[in-house]
Amino acid sequence: MSVLVDHFDVFVGGFWLTFQLCILSAVGALALGALVAVMRISPVPPLRWIGTAYVTVFRNSPLTIVWFFAAFGLPALDSNADFLRIPGLSSIFSRLGIDLPYFRFAVIALSLYTAAFVCEAIRSGINAVPPGQAEAARAIGLTFGQNLRYVVLPQAWKSAVVPLGSVIIAMIKNSALAGFFGVVGELSNSAQNLTSALGEPIIPVFVGVSIGYLVMTVPLGILLDRIEQRRAVAAR
Amino acid sequence: MSQQQTVLYDAPGPRAHRITLIVSLFAVVGIAAVGYFLVYRPLDENGQLTMEKWGPLVDPNNEVFPLVWARLRDGFIATLTAAGLAILSSLIFGTALAVLRVQLKTLKQRRFVGLPDPAAWALRGLGWLLNAVTRFCVEIFRGLPVVITIFFVASALPDLGVDLGDILWYLVIGLTIYNGVVIAEILRSGMEGLPGGQREAAHAIGFSSFQTTRMILLPQAFRIMLPALISQLIVVLKDTSLGFIISYEEVLRVSRYIIDNLENPIQVYAVVGAIYILINYLLSKLAEYAQRRMARGRKTRALPTQAAPPSIMPQAGPGGASVGVGADAGSTT
Repeated sequence: MSVLVDHFDVFVGGFWLTFQLCILSAVGALALGALVAVMRISPVPPLRWIGTAYVTVFRNSPLTIVWFFAAFGLPALDSNADFLRIPGLSSIFSRLGIDLPYFRFAVIALSLYTAAFVCEAIRSGINAVPPGQAEAARAIGLTFGQNLRYVVLPQAWKSAVVPLGSVIIAMIKNSALAGFFGVVGELSNSAQNLTSALGEPIIPVFVGVSIGYLVMTVPLGILLDRIEQRRAVAAR
Repeated sequence: MSQQQTVLYDAPGPRAHRITLIVSLFAVVGIAAVGYFLVYRPLDENGQLTMEKWGPLVDPNNEVFPLVWARLRDGFIATLTAAGLAILSSLIFGTALAVLRVQLKTLKQRRFVGLPDPAAWALRGLGWLLNAVTRFCVEIFRGLPVVITIFFVASALPDLGVDLGDILWYLVIGLTIYNGVVIAEILRSGMEGLPGGQREAAHAIGFSSFQTTRMILLPQAFRIMLPALISQLIVVLKDTSLGFIISYEEVLRVSRYIIDNLENPIQVYAVVGAIYILINYLLSKLAEYAQRRMARGRKTRALPTQAAPPSIMPQAGPGGASVGVGADAGSTT
């Protein structure tokens, strides 16, 4: 178990990088997912088709392929994802700014993939609002914006928050793939380094890395369970 | 589709129709422009659309076409073998774990009245301990990335002196640990979501607690949770692609070899991705079909935890853990 003490800084650094990756991808996925959800429920057919196609493609392809596409496809499109080098942001998340694009590719791949699931969670939330609610809102003369703001979205949010949380948990777990796609110093990458390059014993490294991920996933899962239980009691 | 339309919008009148049409036209033009300038042009300029890159994949007259597809076919067979084995074993493991956890839960409630005090306390302590251990394992392996599980299974097992020979088995074990635990939780929440009367009736006609689980609860849980189970199977199929990190020769690894020789990563991954999407799409359609049949055939199933007041959002209250299947038309409470 001495590896946990000797290489404590490696684990903490890996955890920190994974955490950054997750925050950035979560923000990206939520924004993009909301956009796709809006497209999917818009009254304009072409936008709806695009949204549906997006969800079908990304929900059904393995994350690995999405990742390969980000890593090989973006350079072919003449881009090293430099648009993510936003001045203020890359001073906080230092990995965004450096020359090697792998961290940016990781953020893009995770956001693109997770956005499809975010879209489905939001859409199922909106679908769970009974049509009568929106009809009543229209009948008393609320505009479309007011209808969304005061009637539909608050109720949709209620039933979407738990699925959204599970999507984010899944995303945190998926972020482990980054270590195998060249994001140096990330938690699962440090695991590889410690075991194969430095020859540290496997089980302690496994324990350390597991703690790094469980620290993020388990509290979030418990929080979701709480919310869900409260809902179940309230619904009774 | 049409359902959410009625949630948010009135049925469009002539003016709304006109507006929709105009916006649609603009949208089509905009999308086409984005597609042309941001995707097609750069791809074309970088020579990604030439027959040199695509030929080996789409042109049967190309000299490497049969070779490439033979490799891809082998890769997909390897992927499907691993996925099939992983699905089978995680179903078995998951069912066993679900039964175990339900049994332990009933065991925890037993007081062992007939036995002398110390023995009763010991048995209760044992039941509590086993319950805690299984719960702990479930939480751990559910919270870990499956990549990490696979990676460490593949490196730890040979380290501990367990040599399985083929890399396939490490992948299958890694996938089974994660997905088995998830399936166990799905089945367990299905069993716990059943009306209490099912269990009581089984006890009343003299079933033991194991018989109750096996013959009454489990079949119903499978049936209710079928859509969730099928989506989990899609997850297994997708996760099989992670085999490349432990150098299992599945389709992505094989594509890598092809790419090393032909240098056309985008094209190969596009084709492989399309095949993956097709398979998974069909599977998810199957899940939807199962869900529809479930909702149609079993309207009378009443899940007490689901019985929300019908006026406020009847589908929104998630009953039990994730028992959200079927409209609770005939709820009793």
